[in-house]
Amino acid sequence: MSKKIYEPVIGLEVHIHLKTKTKAFCGCSTEFGGEPNTQVCPVCLGLPGSLPVLNRVALDYAIKVGLALNCTIQEYTKFDRKHYYYPDLPKNYQISQYDLPLSKDGFLDIYVEDKTKRIRIKRVHLEEDAGKLIHQDDISLVDFNRTGIPLLEIVSEPDINSPIEAYEYLTALKSIVEYLGVSDCDMEKGSLRCDANVSVREKGVKELGTKAELKNMNSFKAVRDALAYEIERQIELLDNDEAVIQETRLWDARELKTFSMRTKEEAKDYRYFPEPDLPPFIISKEKIEQIQRSIPELPKEKMLRFIREYGLSEYDAKVICSSRGYAEITEERIKEFPDSDKKPMVNWSIGPILEAAGNFNCRPEELKIPGGNQELIKLIQYQQEGKISNLVAKSVFNESIASGIPPSRIIEDKNLFQISQGSILQAQVEEAIKENPKSVQAYKSGKENAIMFLVGQVMKKTSGRANPKVVQEILKRRLS
Amino acid sequence: MELYKLTAHELIDLLKDKKVTQQEILDCLISRVGSVDSKINAYVRKDTVSYPIPNTQYPIPTSNGIPVSIKDNICTEGYNTECCSRILEGFKPPYDATVIAKLKNAGALILGLKTNMDEFAFGSSTENSCFGPTHNPWDLERVPGGSSGGSAAAVAADEAVWALGSDTGGSIRQPASFCSIVGLKPTYGRVSRYGLIAFASSLDQIGPLTKDVTDSALLMNIISGKDNRDSTSVDMPVPDYTRSLYNDVKGIKIGMPKEYFVEGIDPEVKKIVGEAIDKLKTLGAELKEVSLPHTEYAVPVYYIIATAEASSNLARFDGVQYGLRVRDKNIIDMYKKTRGRGFGQEAKRRVILGTFALSHGYYDAYYLRALKVRTLIKQDFDKVFSDFDCIVTPTSPTPAFKIGEKVNDPLKMYLSDIYTISANLAGIPAISIPCGFSKKNLPVGLQILAKPFNEEMLFRVAYTYEQNTPWHKIKPKL
Repeated sequence: MSKKIYEPVIGLEVHIHLKTKTKAFCGCSTEFGGEPNTQVCPVCLGLPGSLPVLNRVALDYAIKVGLALNCTIQEYTKFDRKHYYYPDLPKNYQISQYDLPLSKDGFLDIYVEDKTKRIRIKRVHLEEDAGKLIHQDDISLVDFNRTGIPLLEIVSEPDINSPIEAYEYLTALKSIVEYLGVSDCDMEKGSLRCDANVSVREKGVKELGTKAELKNMNSFKAVRDALAYEIERQIELLDNDEAVIQETRLWDARELKTFSMRTKEEAKDYRYFPEPDLPPFIISKEKIEQIQRSIPELPKEKMLRFIREYGLSEYDAKVICSSRGYAEITEERIKEFPDSDKKPMVNWSIGPILEAAGNFNCRPEELKIPGGNQELIKLIQYQQEGKISNLVAKSVFNESIASGIPPSRIIEDKNLFQISQGSILQAQVEEAIKENPKSVQAYKSGKENAIMFLVGQVMKKTSGRANPKVVQEILKRRLS
Repeated sequence: MELYKLTAHELIDLLKDKKVTQQEILDCLISRVGSVDSKINAYVRKDTVSYPIPNTQYPIPTSNGIPVSIKDNICTEGYNTECCSRILEGFKPPYDATVIAKLKNAGALILGLKTNMDEFAFGSSTENSCFGPTHNPWDLERVPGGSSGGSAAAVAADEAVWALGSDTGGSIRQPASFCSIVGLKPTYGRVSRYGLIAFASSLDQIGPLTKDVTDSALLMNIISGKDNRDSTSVDMPVPDYTRSLYNDVKGIKIGMPKEYFVEGIDPEVKKIVGEAIDKLKTLGAELKEVSLPHTEYAVPVYYIIATAEASSNLARFDGVQYGLRVRDKNIIDMYKKTRGRGFGQEAKRRVILGTFALSHGYYDAYYLRALKVRTLIKQDFDKVFSDFDCIVTPTSPTPAFKIGEKVNDPLKMYLSDIYTISANLAGIPAISIPCGFSKKNLPVGLQILAKPFNEEMLFRVAYTYEQNTPWHKIKPKL
């Protein structure tokens, strides 16, 4: 146990691949997964004499993200060269932005424990990605397909104070970028990468502690776990009066630990200077306004509207709005749902539909419901009206998706309508009582819960079609 | 007829009249190279390259099909382009520079043989070449200037009809002056840099080295214009430069910067250039002294900006993808050994200088300050050009110096660019034309500068001077 109370301070640096057709400074394809070195040209290979030409679409996308993150777009901006030697960097400098980033001073609101917290965004800038090293036995090979893909660097201020806040920040950021349609944000494919700067300080102390830079985290969960581990590690050091060393540490997802990347931190001097091959450029007010107009309703606005218009809870709205496609299709369904109380459709949207999407391994908006929204609505209404039991509703839904047969047809063909008439259920109730004397005894001796077991037995006997409420009433009457 | 002696426009006329064939021109030129280049060493890799490069765009010879000689830092698809550096040993670019593509489209023949140069264009004498120095056709013991010394010497020695060079601080004009030919550095952005292996990206321009002003205008007609592959090339209409070739400078206002005629200038050069200026006056030009007050900062500013950019541009030569690789146990040692063995002395000097100027803690004091002074130098010119059509100066403070004379004194060497550097810093066009000979029969050049994108003014003044003087017709004895 820690003797003192510590506060973690976290800043995140996120890199996002922009989903342009061609690379940032040449016409090569950005398609993922091509044979090594098939999507290259003299420019992205950095061959002598080649020159970069800015991809205007990448610039527009970058401005779009900047605006969506409430940043100020710089009217005058330029590219700079960032120098370091690495074999995956063919020019041994990266075209990036240094002192005049495309956009800066924005913010992103996250929701943690029912509260809104504002995380300030320091800067958003455009740069080019490097290639990929492939190590085989005792040789290393370079694949330059990724070299030159437009990359957006989004740097937060150190406003994040817990691993869960970091997780929420990433989720919110990913959601916004996906809404904008400018990136896949797929960490597995490397189209979203995240590094974290983390330090701890005693609560109430103003100065920041010595920070460590965490790398090699391959999922949002990994970011959360790595931060949690690193915070613990630093607190332990401080509690033992040991110093935290400023260093880069790598997350090991198997060991669930961070490891020091190198003991001696080399002094980094990137020797930034303005890229002379790309003249500085002016982004006009008209251009910014035009891009602003093209920004769709973002997750936060959508959430608030859903709460307002359809009476959703904050939690439900957050779940539904985490992806733009799902929010849109769900809104359609909510609108089409004829009852004034939308709750049943909302419950389905955050429950069975998401579950099914998980089971069928697809994005929830891509889940095909046979017969479309109308069939879904019919199914929910059957359930609402007591024509089918909850259990049947769920299993029919899953079966419908698996088989492609609309839910109502399954219900009709198999006659799955709920049995609510006591006269029909009487026989099964008697059977259950006869077969389970122990439960009957337990109920009679005061264990009220024992009746649920008996209800379950009747449900089984009717293949889930019995109305559990009615069964319970009959049982109670019978055993009283 | 000794075809090799002719200018490109004379050969074009003969081709048009069907008095010669392209093959005859080529054969004549190649035999000339065979007979004199052992003395000059204007071309490199003579034993390995067959020439010319087949022109797939124009398999049939056209009237414009004149052979062009190319400096070793301009990319020619499939043909070695090594910047006369060991580190680019064996480098065959998979693409043509835009100027090469334009020449091919115009029907020109590109010689597969490339011309000698200072390694990566670092130098003013063509001594810093891994293929050994080029000799000045006017005095074989002297340098041809540099860095486009191979192109200049080849044209002067009649072993090239015309040639392309590159000019970062005088690398076309100074050798043109040392070899008594015409050399033009176009306005920054006039000619595409795509495929020019960069020395200092914000200063480099490709330009023509020719036997006379008419050829210079003809070659500029072919290579100029906006290129979508070069973001720094400018989208301005390209005039027909041959229309500027008329023999008249009456009323043209010419400025003579007083800062260019002070200490450091060879008295003979001063006298010869003075006579050239008098000639322009008698031809009707109005001459007046002007001031470019920041001239004295040009050399230091240039050597900070140029070396800083060079240190960055040369970072890619690391042995990973192409050129020389000296194997070693790990990547860092491979980098070190490759660059250590691949770069010559001057390249190393400039990379170290430039790296220093960009280093953390020095950037503001050197690079940033240099950029600010560069703006002041540009403004000096803007001011003068608001009242004057052009400026005349000597091209170089001295005629050609002896091989080995300055090679161990970099500062002295750097000062030989003192009159040419400002045009690159200001981005303005400048031409050097022959204007006489010293007592030792060494050529002297006259430099003319004009405002951005006013190459036409340079051609007009240069052409008029040329038509009224004999210098361009005098050939070195070989």
